[in-house]
Formats: sequence, structure tokens, C-alpha cells
Amino acid sequence: MNQLTAFVQSSVGKKIFMSLTGLFLCSFLLVHLVGNLTLLKNDGGAAFDAYSHFMSTNGAIRVLEVGLVLGFLVHICAGLLVWWQNRQARPTKYETYRLKDTTPWASRNTIVTGSIVLIFLVVHLQTFVGGLRFTENPPSAYALVASAFSSGWYSAFYVVALVLLGYHLRHGFQAAFQTLGLRNKRYGGLLDAIGVLFWLIVPIGFAILPVYFYFFHNVSDATMALGGI
Amino acid sequence: MKITLNVWRQQNAQSSGRFETYVASNVSEHMSFLEMLDVVNTDLVKAGKEPIAFDHDCREGVCGSCGIVIGGRAHGPNRAIATCQLHMRTFRDGDTITLEPWRAKAFPVIKDLMVDRTAMDRIMQAGGYVSVKTGGVPDGNAIPIPKHVADEAMDAAACIGCGACVAACPNGSAMLFVAAKVSQLALLPQGQVERTERVLKMVKQMDDEGFGNCSNNYACEAECPKEVSVTHIARLNREYLRANLVKEEQKESAGGA
Repeated sequence: MNQLTAFVQSSVGKKIFMSLTGLFLCSFLLVHLVGNLTLLKNDGGAAFDAYSHFMSTNGAIRVLEVGLVLGFLVHICAGLLVWWQNRQARPTKYETYRLKDTTPWASRNTIVTGSIVLIFLVVHLQTFVGGLRFTENPPSAYALVASAFSSGWYSAFYVVALVLLGYHLRHGFQAAFQTLGLRNKRYGGLLDAIGVLFWLIVPIGFAILPVYFYFFHNVSDATMALGGI
Repeated sequence: MKITLNVWRQQNAQSSGRFETYVASNVSEHMSFLEMLDVVNTDLVKAGKEPIAFDHDCREGVCGSCGIVIGGRAHGPNRAIATCQLHMRTFRDGDTITLEPWRAKAFPVIKDLMVDRTAMDRIMQAGGYVSVKTGGVPDGNAIPIPKHVADEAMDAAACIGCGACVAACPNGSAMLFVAAKVSQLALLPQGQVERTERVLKMVKQMDDEGFGNCSNNYACEAECPKEVSVTHIARLNREYLRANLVKEEQKESAGGA
């Protein structure tokens, strides 16, 4: 068999694809967060609108966007395949199985947290990519954010999804390095420390935005911004 | 002590199993778990019933024969012991304990609590060996090996091949077992000849046997009676990646010569 085919089909190979795409998606999260934090600048959305305009028009970003979509697809497909095969590996289930005693919740539930994050992703893209790129006379990006987060349910959904993303990365970040063979006794502690950035700081950073807009950004500002287009 | 046992009984791989309940009423807390089962079996034989089949041999935690999922934990609730090293003082008078075989597609049940672990032997046959020259016995320390390397290889070599890692893993993955074997030989100079081929062949055999994929839960490490670390799994992954990068296309050799 062709060596590359064998690699892709092997258990370790599939997981190496999962870990590489996972880390790529982590880097995307970091960039996305830094851009989003311009929302907190008290300038009526000028900085965020400029960032949003740059992201939707810059050629290099558009090319990276294709890579991002592919990254998501490979990560999701490999994840589902691994999950499905793992279900087949134990046809008779245990009557009593105390996996809880030995493993963290985040590690046992990546398929659950990942699926909810995927649902979140679809809703998120529908609101913001749909609302800005596939609409006639789109509002300013800032106005769209302000109006979306004026809904309590919508904002709460974001916060819940981000908490689950945090759990997903709590497992995923360290697991990616383990799968790539880069985790050992010397660097394990350092990787765990960097991991905190991804599973704790990044989700908190994102979650600040719906909370801030829902509680501290009054509707008249949003209306003004809407009127300002 | 009085212990109630909920035991998986299964005639053979083809038949479907079921749980049966037995009460052991005169259990000493100093008994090992297997001695307690011996007493239960003696009573079953006296009553004209089929004794509970379970694997065991050395009964001192070195052979890797025994292995029962006891109360939902491979080798029972204690760390770093095999089933034979578990004592009844771990449990309380009146406890009900569920006993199940290692459950994995790659480990079909032979009878009751015994499973067929030859899938692991076939993984070893695929690549878990080294080439040696025949002839006189070589000098013990003829090949220098740094102490920390020897120590790490020894930690991996502690694996007794009991299969608890597979039993404990939510995915029935044999990664810790395969990692221990690959890691041990990849670390030592004697293992270099087959280094590249070994990891490719052993991972291939592991996948073909129907073991699941590792999902980095580390339940294996927690249940391993020899405390084999998951850092060996990282080394296996690294070895696998390396082997795929450095492997040369093999020319068809004429053979014979």
C-alpha cells in the first residue's frame, strides 16, 4: 500500500491530522480575539469597522479563509471518524465502568463539546458572515454586533458555547502536543501553562463581548450606530 | 467479611453472557482477591456447579496473566497493582462487587472472566523484536548506554502485557501497550536496526486487530499495574511520524544470494 495512504488511514496518522488542524484553529482563535477586542474601544465602532473591512477585503486573508474552512472540515471529519471507530472497538459495554475516577470530564466529552461548538459556529456564521457579506445594504459590522448582543438569549448562547469551547481546548491543546509527540516530562509543564491561554484566557476574552454589549452598551448607541451607516 | 459478587458468566465467545450473583460469607480481609475467588469456586464445585473461569499464574504481579474489571476499574480500585495483588481489606463488609472481563472487540471472551489476548502477541510478532548475531555470548556492557536512557527503557520494559490499558480505555485502544514496546526498543542501541520498520508494522497490526484510537484520556496510565507513563505514547507518536518521514522506498531484492 502507498505509504501516504497507510499514514492517513492509520490511527496515529488520523490523529496527527486532528492535532495539526486543531492547533491551526487555535491560532485562528487568537487572531480573531485580538481583532474582536477593538469592539471595546470607545470610538463608536470605527476601529472594529476598519478591522472588519480589512478582513473582508484583503486578498491574503481571503486565501487564508479557504485554509480555515479546510482546517475545520478536516478536524471535524477526522474527529467524527475517530469517535465512530472508537465506538466499534468495544461492542459489549461495561455494566459498571468508573472512567470518572481516572479521567477529566473535558477529555471524556470532546465529541459533545465539539458538536455544540459546531452548532455555535453555524449560528455565528449565519449572523455575522451572512449578515455582512450576503445581505443587500448590510449594516456596519459594529452595529450588527451591538444589535445581535442586545438579545439576552443570543448573548447567553454565546457565553455557554464559549465555556464549552474552553473545555474542548482544555483537552485538545495538550492532546495535540501529545499526539505530535512533543509532550514529555521536560516540556509538559510549559505546555500546560501555554494551554491556559487557550482554554481559559481566550474563551473569557470572547465571552466578555456579549456580556459587555448586553449589560453595558445601551440600545440607543446601537440605534445611533445603525442610523450612522 | 460478607461480600456479594455480581459475576459475568459466559460459556464461550459465541454465546451471550449474563450476570450471576454469588455470596461469599466467610471472607478474610487478609485474602487476596483471587484467593477469595478460589474459595467461591470451591463452594461452587462442591455444589456441583461450574466454577468461575479467570486467568491467573504467578499471583505476585509479574506475569501479566490475571486481569478482571472489578467494580468498574481494571485490576480494581487501587493504583499500580495487578488483580492478584488486590486484597480484600480494600473492600468493606457487605460490599457488592461487579466482576467483568476486559471488554474490547480485539479481546473476545474465552469463558467468563477470561479473554483472548493473542491480538497483543500478534502485535509483538509484527515488530516487537530485535536482530541479534548468533555466536558467543556478548560482554554485558559492551555497548555503552547512558543511565537515563537505560532507566527510561526499563520503565517501558516494565509492561507485563496484561491488557489493563485496553480494558480501561474508553476506546479499547492498545496504545499504551504498543507504546511501551516501541519506546523500549527505540531507546536502546539494540533496537535501532528495525527502528523505522518496527513502529510502522506494530501500529498497522494494532489497527488491524480492531483496537480503538487513542484519545489522550490517560485512563490507561491510571490503571497500569506497572505505572507505564503516557510519555511513551508521545514517543510512539514521534517514532511513527519519524518513520513516515525517513522511510526509504524498498527496492525489490533478488533474494537468495
